[in-house]
Amino acid sequence: MTNPAATPRTLYDKIWDAHVVEQSEDGTCLLYIDRHLVHEVTSPQAFEGLRMTGRKVHAPDRTIAVPDHNVPTTLDRQKGIDNEESRIQVDALDKNAREFGVHYYPVNDIRQGIVHIVGPEQGWTLPGMTVVCGDSHTATHGAFGALAHGIGTSEVEHVLATQTLIQKKSKNMKVEVTGRLAPGVTAKDVVLAIIAATGTAGGTGYVIEYCGEVIRSLSMEGRMTICNMAIEGGARAGLIAPDETTFAYVNGRPHAPKGAQWEAAVAWWRTLFTEEGAHFDKVLTLRGEDIAPTVTWGTSPEDALPITADVPAPESFTGGKIEAARRSLDYMGLTAGTKLTDITIDAVFIGSCTNGRIEDLRAAADVLRGRKLATGVRGMVVPGSGLVRAQAEEEGLDQIFIDAGFEWRLAGCSMCLGMNPDQLVPGERCAATSNRNFEGRQGYKGRTHLMSPAMAAAAGVAGHLVDIREFAAQPA
Amino acid sequence: MDKFTTLTGIAAPMPLVNIDTDMIIPKQFLKTIKRSGLGVNLFDEMRYDREGNELPDFVLNQPAYRDAQILVAGDNFGCGSSREHAPWALLDFGIRAVISTSFADIFFNNCFKNGILPIVLPQEAVDVLMEDARKGANARMVVDLENQTVSSSDGQSFHFDIDPFRKHCLLNGLDDIGLTMEKAPAIDTFEQRMAQARPWI
Repeated sequence: MTNPAATPRTLYDKIWDAHVVEQSEDGTCLLYIDRHLVHEVTSPQAFEGLRMTGRKVHAPDRTIAVPDHNVPTTLDRQKGIDNEESRIQVDALDKNAREFGVHYYPVNDIRQGIVHIVGPEQGWTLPGMTVVCGDSHTATHGAFGALAHGIGTSEVEHVLATQTLIQKKSKNMKVEVTGRLAPGVTAKDVVLAIIAATGTAGGTGYVIEYCGEVIRSLSMEGRMTICNMAIEGGARAGLIAPDETTFAYVNGRPHAPKGAQWEAAVAWWRTLFTEEGAHFDKVLTLRGEDIAPTVTWGTSPEDALPITADVPAPESFTGGKIEAARRSLDYMGLTAGTKLTDITIDAVFIGSCTNGRIEDLRAAADVLRGRKLATGVRGMVVPGSGLVRAQAEEEGLDQIFIDAGFEWRLAGCSMCLGMNPDQLVPGERCAATSNRNFEGRQGYKGRTHLMSPAMAAAAGVAGHLVDIREFAAQPA
Repeated sequence: MDKFTTLTGIAAPMPLVNIDTDMIIPKQFLKTIKRSGLGVNLFDEMRYDREGNELPDFVLNQPAYRDAQILVAGDNFGCGSSREHAPWALLDFGIRAVISTSFADIFFNNCFKNGILPIVLPQEAVDVLMEDARKGANARMVVDLENQTVSSSDGQSFHFDIDPFRKHCLLNGLDDIGLTMEKAPAIDTFEQRMAQARPWI
């Protein structure tokens, strides 16, 4: 084996090396997990497995549970969950969290919210950690320079029982975004543009490190948006090296280190960067100036185009994508050649672990101030956590949304995947700030166009997709 | 977990690329707290109309493929969510092997935990097997894990790669958790070391 100190290492290499408990001859490693986040959908079978084998949770202090997928977001949710199966699942998490003694934020706790928003908000997510959750959007936490990825329920049980995972190392991929973003272009546009460039499988087998001036200039909220969608490009994990922006965000959070431990932690975190000359198996470079406000037209996140483009013809693709594009257009009710800005919408969804943080709500509210949803368009704003909601109310954003005709909801995953009653009806077309435009994702036969919070808000006002750069120039 | 050694079965062709986890098992079926019983809802929105009637065009509704045990699928099968309900639904339907040019990472991993073998082959091999699968119930493919081969009904054989540890676990139906728990001393040592080196965690 080469001496790790002698070979220049990537950020991923460093975090990996710091967590290897044991390595087999074939390269399979037992990797230690610092934080295990748990929600109600992918954990009941894992806790049941522990119970059946008489096993305990190895490190309850490193395990954090919160219900998010099934919870109602209507203001009367303290009356309980109507749907019996959803109620059973949330009740099961409640019982399991208490019985196994893990950290827990129940539905009626103001700190409850989407697990990937709660983790960073409470300071559970720290640079250099390994973080897992039975949820593919665990990639979000990579924004802190933490190695974070989704796992299945069998692995949830494995981590609960042993605090480790059996893993083989992925390959290193670098995505560099140079220069600066034009006004109106956000982190969401950047990540959609990256996925359009790599394809939805382009990151399969890789951990992506996002770097470059554009990434550096983003807030933690924006960085979380980028890493959140690493999985939509096929990569289980995305990473951004921690810096002053990261430390400023983490400092003072309830579970962040304090005093001398803070100093020691920051000293180690400052060593977490990719060294000059470290090897990447794949490199993609984008110029920030080339990225326009971006929306999806189809049923895969790779179906993303600048808002100035037209709906593409299936024949413009190759291989299996021709048939897939044909199926997408049919599902989406679109005709090739239609200008994207001519696509009318019925609904706006602002929220999700991709874009449900305070900065996202501010961006949408900025567009909506003094404006109203177009006739016939319904809108819903679902803050990512109870604390995001409270912050937005303190800033008066709730009133802007309500005045514009939006519903102002309680925190949860909501219409990003519609496991609760927040769903599209068949044929309904939605401008959504979430992460997946798969068939049926937001509701049976629902049609999803992914975009940034400002673009979604503007589409709601106009009644059709719009270019935020032109829209923002008009008086309210 | 059931062992996987050899499998001789009907293969169903699903050439669509990017078949995602929401197609494999839509969200309304994730509310279960059990692992079993999801087979009836496998590919639900492609397989049934809103009233629950079978859509005759869907491959697994056709008489030849109702008992399929193998899927031959387009690129990037299983992309999207980490939901293990996807392999649970496949297994409950009776699918024990999926063949494609590529799989999404998390889905790929989840298959091995449930005794399902995901097989990666080059495009040319998948094309041959896709054509073979189109022949219907008379085309029985043979998957031999020990020898790492898939054979079409007319005897064309293709070799596939597999991680040796995963192969060992599948062949013997091994539970990873039991294996890892034997390493408890190494985990304890690591934790003690970390309590010194990174006490803030």
